[in-house]
Amino acid sequence: MSRHQIVKNLDLDDELDDYDGGDDYGYDGAGEGISEEDQEQLRQCTIIVREALPQGGNITDKQIQDSLWYYYYDIEKTVTYLVKTYLEPPKEKKTPGGGKKTKDNIEGSDGSKPCSGTFSFVKFFEDSPWLKVPSERQTIFIAPLYPRGGLLGGSSDGAPKMSKLQALAAARKKKKAEEQMSQGIADVEKPMASLQINEQVSTTNPTVASTSKISVGKPFSRGLPLRKRKDSNEHEKAPKASQPKKEHRLSQPELPQEIPMVDQAEPSAFANTMFSSPSQVTRPRQDNLFTLHLALDTTSTTANPFAGPSPDDIVIAAQSKAAGKGGKGNPKTNGEKRADQIASGVEALKLDNTPRAKSKNLDVLAEFEKAKTKNAANFVVIGHVDAGKSTLMGRLLYDLKVVDQRTIDRYRKEAEKMGKSSFALAWVLDQGTEERARGVTIDIATNKFETEKTSFTILDAPGHRDFIPNMIAGASQADFAVLVIDASTGSFESGLRGQTKEHALLVRSMGVQRLIVAVNKLDTVSWSQDRFTEISTQVLAFLTAAGFLSKNITFIPCSGLKGDNIARHSTEPEASWYSGPTLVEVLDDSEPVARALSKPLRLTIGDIFRGGVQNPLSISGRIESGSLQMGDALLAQPSSEKCYVKSLEIDEPVDWAVAGQNVTVHLSGIEEQYLKIGDVLCTPVNPIQNIKQFTAKVLAFEFITPMQIDVHRGRLHTAGRIKEIVAVLDKHTGAVSGKKRPRIVKPGMIARIVVELDLSVPLEAPGRVVLRSDGQTVAAGLLE
Amino acid sequence: MRLIKQDIIERDGSGSWHAYNLIAVGDTLRASAVRKVTTESSTGSTNSKRIHTTISILTTSLSFDPQVSQLHVSGRVVEENTFVPMGSYHTLDLELQRNFTLTKKDGWDSVALDMIRESIRVDKEGVVPAVVMQEGLANICLITEYQTVLKQRVEVAIPKKRSGRAGDHDKGLDKFFATVLETLLRHVDITQPRPLLLASPGFVAAGFQKYIISEATRTGNKALLGNKSNFLVVHSSSGHLHSLTEIMKSPAVLAKLKDTKYARESQYMDDFSAMLRKDDGRAWYGPSEVERAAEKGGLGPGGVLLINNSLFRAQEVGVRKRWVGLVDRVKGGGGEVRILSSDHESGKRLENLSGVAAILTFPLEDLDESGEEDGAGDGDGETAMVI
Repeated sequence: MSRHQIVKNLDLDDELDDYDGGDDYGYDGAGEGISEEDQEQLRQCTIIVREALPQGGNITDKQIQDSLWYYYYDIEKTVTYLVKTYLEPPKEKKTPGGGKKTKDNIEGSDGSKPCSGTFSFVKFFEDSPWLKVPSERQTIFIAPLYPRGGLLGGSSDGAPKMSKLQALAAARKKKKAEEQMSQGIADVEKPMASLQINEQVSTTNPTVASTSKISVGKPFSRGLPLRKRKDSNEHEKAPKASQPKKEHRLSQPELPQEIPMVDQAEPSAFANTMFSSPSQVTRPRQDNLFTLHLALDTTSTTANPFAGPSPDDIVIAAQSKAAGKGGKGNPKTNGEKRADQIASGVEALKLDNTPRAKSKNLDVLAEFEKAKTKNAANFVVIGHVDAGKSTLMGRLLYDLKVVDQRTIDRYRKEAEKMGKSSFALAWVLDQGTEERARGVTIDIATNKFETEKTSFTILDAPGHRDFIPNMIAGASQADFAVLVIDASTGSFESGLRGQTKEHALLVRSMGVQRLIVAVNKLDTVSWSQDRFTEISTQVLAFLTAAGFLSKNITFIPCSGLKGDNIARHSTEPEASWYSGPTLVEVLDDSEPVARALSKPLRLTIGDIFRGGVQNPLSISGRIESGSLQMGDALLAQPSSEKCYVKSLEIDEPVDWAVAGQNVTVHLSGIEEQYLKIGDVLCTPVNPIQNIKQFTAKVLAFEFITPMQIDVHRGRLHTAGRIKEIVAVLDKHTGAVSGKKRPRIVKPGMIARIVVELDLSVPLEAPGRVVLRSDGQTVAAGLLE
Repeated sequence: MRLIKQDIIERDGSGSWHAYNLIAVGDTLRASAVRKVTTESSTGSTNSKRIHTTISILTTSLSFDPQVSQLHVSGRVVEENTFVPMGSYHTLDLELQRNFTLTKKDGWDSVALDMIRESIRVDKEGVVPAVVMQEGLANICLITEYQTVLKQRVEVAIPKKRSGRAGDHDKGLDKFFATVLETLLRHVDITQPRPLLLASPGFVAAGFQKYIISEATRTGNKALLGNKSNFLVVHSSSGHLHSLTEIMKSPAVLAKLKDTKYARESQYMDDFSAMLRKDDGRAWYGPSEVERAAEKGGLGPGGVLLINNSLFRAQEVGVRKRWVGLVDRVKGGGGEVRILSSDHESGKRLENLSGVAAILTFPLEDLDESGEEDGAGDGDGETAMVI
């Protein structure tokens, strides 16, 4: 550990606690180690003190000098101290203060014989029954003599003062205890609450010594002796003296209620079980004995203390909860801090010391039913490059007030600076530096908006042919699609040959049934209805040929740049011929899609990133089937590494997530090297298998021969080859037709093929795969 | 006429590869070797020594390591000497500058002689390094005359674009470039005046080129900067190795690498694919189909036989003979024979089509009708696999 780290990890409270041992230095040295000047000063001060002291006291020079040394020549204090200690006889204090009382308790040992060194305990207990030790044989614990707590000296004659740090620690500890108690964590805590001796102590008659109740003073239960510091440090002392008011307040009788918080830790659940007696019979006990107060006080712990979560669990849960909110966790206890200091040294070894999140063991499906919120739908925006997909979505978000005016203005200014003022709206979604510089969408952008009925997730796909893998990743998450078509002259025609066609075929083969066709840029052809009709007819013909049902296709004339027929109806007089719904209205009509909730969990990793300081490894992706919750153990395929869900986020921290949701999962117990984009997280009980070869029923888009291909499934992108064409199938019945082992499959035909992959990847039937080669989609289909 | 003896000296790494294609199971190979010999004295104590000796073996198996260009031939010793008894096994390592004598069991056939001729040709084309990449994945490979050697595959997870976190992606991309460049420099000397192909979909390769130059400028690497005109950015549809096919087609690469063997081989395969797509009965693939086509005279003048050299490497003598016979027949009939290297991408494509394909002079239909049992009996993985 570097010096710097040591200093950083240094905990003042801790260090001070540890300091007890070091106290002696100054003291011991007082006799022999005093320098000449000190001796001279001591001598002079002694004279002054002697003068200040009232006559008649028999105080020795040594006593005076000791006190002087202690108070570092503060004559006034020395005098007060000396008068108090030696001249006035100490009287019984009325306050039920800890230190004094303790002494009383201890001294009342009631004549029981102390054990000698050679005494045999075995013999002693030989004839006594188990757990019923006769009272006279019960031992008497004699508490060690602790120096009274607090600071020495001072003019007050009350209970010992607390140092500022002590007071601070006390306040903090009390607060923490209150917090814990207020969490209302049931069964285990209750018996513990009854263990708190505070009430008894505070209500006990001050004449302590003879009470029949065991009034246990707190100080001796603390493992470490109370802190006493060298008060020769004047810097420390000065402010003390200047705050007499506070000192006074601290010495008030209410003190005992506070001090216990400082000194007394709550008994653990373990201690509780250990010392709670099995029966309710009260054993005879001796008054005035210092016995284990726990044993005597909890006589009725019948509840099973392990039924609920342990206090540790509660703390951990609370911490992880706090962590999830991004706030600071609970203040650490001393023990934890110590552990942290050690851990930071070990950190170089990259051990994962993050505690696993505790599962709440929710019935996620039931929770999902209960939390019946809005419908959720994901839709992918597809179309040829430069059809205006991003701009259309930017406009949608802007008109629905998801993006504020200021942001748009800023984008507009920046876009103008780059000479691309028409791209301002697209920049809402195109946030990458390269995307903005080049004016094309490269990767899927996700964004959310809500209507009254549904909350939507937009997946804005890139239109450029090079980024079709990204588009496939987006389409695999979509429930339905918005196909954007550029209506301007020439663009529509080139688009239909290009990605308009390919995208439509792709989304179809990936299972998307419903399509909204936004005929964009109609403002450039002055809202010509003929153009709209022409495009609609052509596209409809193509789409029905591709296998879409015409009732699932809706056409909307619109302008993304101007915003007509998107969130509002068009105000252009030329567009008055259209009276149908706007894009948002059509989107709102979408029916909720059934999710595979009860199937085993499958989550394809769409992104791996560092989710923040507390979550060094996070992934995001869409849950394809099943559900997961915090604390779940997961298996990452194909690496077959186990990991745990530390926390979950769907825009905000949640406890569970179900199929269809795009979720961010913070993982623990796994290293980044075992995860790749396109990997699958699944349940270890029912894992997805890694396969190197599969048979699939595919629709050919291009000629298929046995050849090398890229296999896409969502974000999964891997290389392989078509090993064999098994048969050409009938388009409708799926029966084998034609030759047995065809040499080649023509576009539009359906064939059964065997694909061999270079690496084994997690795939399973009935997954949908897309096969591409040389930048063209050659086929798409279903695993068998 | 019989070729009795020919001296061949290996000068570069491709020699081992040629030897790999020349030496077949059953041949006798004689080469110097280092062998550990253990002697036992009369008292029973043993004493082992490493001895340099010349050993003749009857080949039983070969293995070729393309990364280091080393050929290991193992077999049984057929010629006894003082150190090595007859019949014991030995593995000969054939390396650069190591002489060997090869005796073919059944004499040298035409394909083998062609290979020798090919291997001693002087005008060698250089090695072209290529980086085929996409976001998060890069394959660094060397395209030599006869093979494509994958040197290293680099995979780095790049955070995807997320709203408000554009910086993460850029940072990830930079890290990816740094890793690729570091790996590239370790495997390839990119300061040599020869083309360096950088291929990717989108802007990754262009970004990488920019990164190399900016790094060279930053570190003051003059040699690298001087060579920057040789960095060729090419489009490919993915970062997987088989995209090399596409790269070979690109005009920019063709201009630089015209007439290299691998560019030609790529061209053959493209021609064949184009013919196959027409589906007019002139393009056929598969062993039995091609053989039948040859029987019917379809591979006369103007016909082209594409055959993978892996077929000549067959362990069974009969299989090799079958293909050598086919090659001889086609050549005799005036057809053209093109032997593709199975270690190139074009060869891999042909391998997918069972290793042999033909463009016929005239259309022939239904060559595959009756050939089912025949094809199934081939034992080259053509039988239907059901998962």
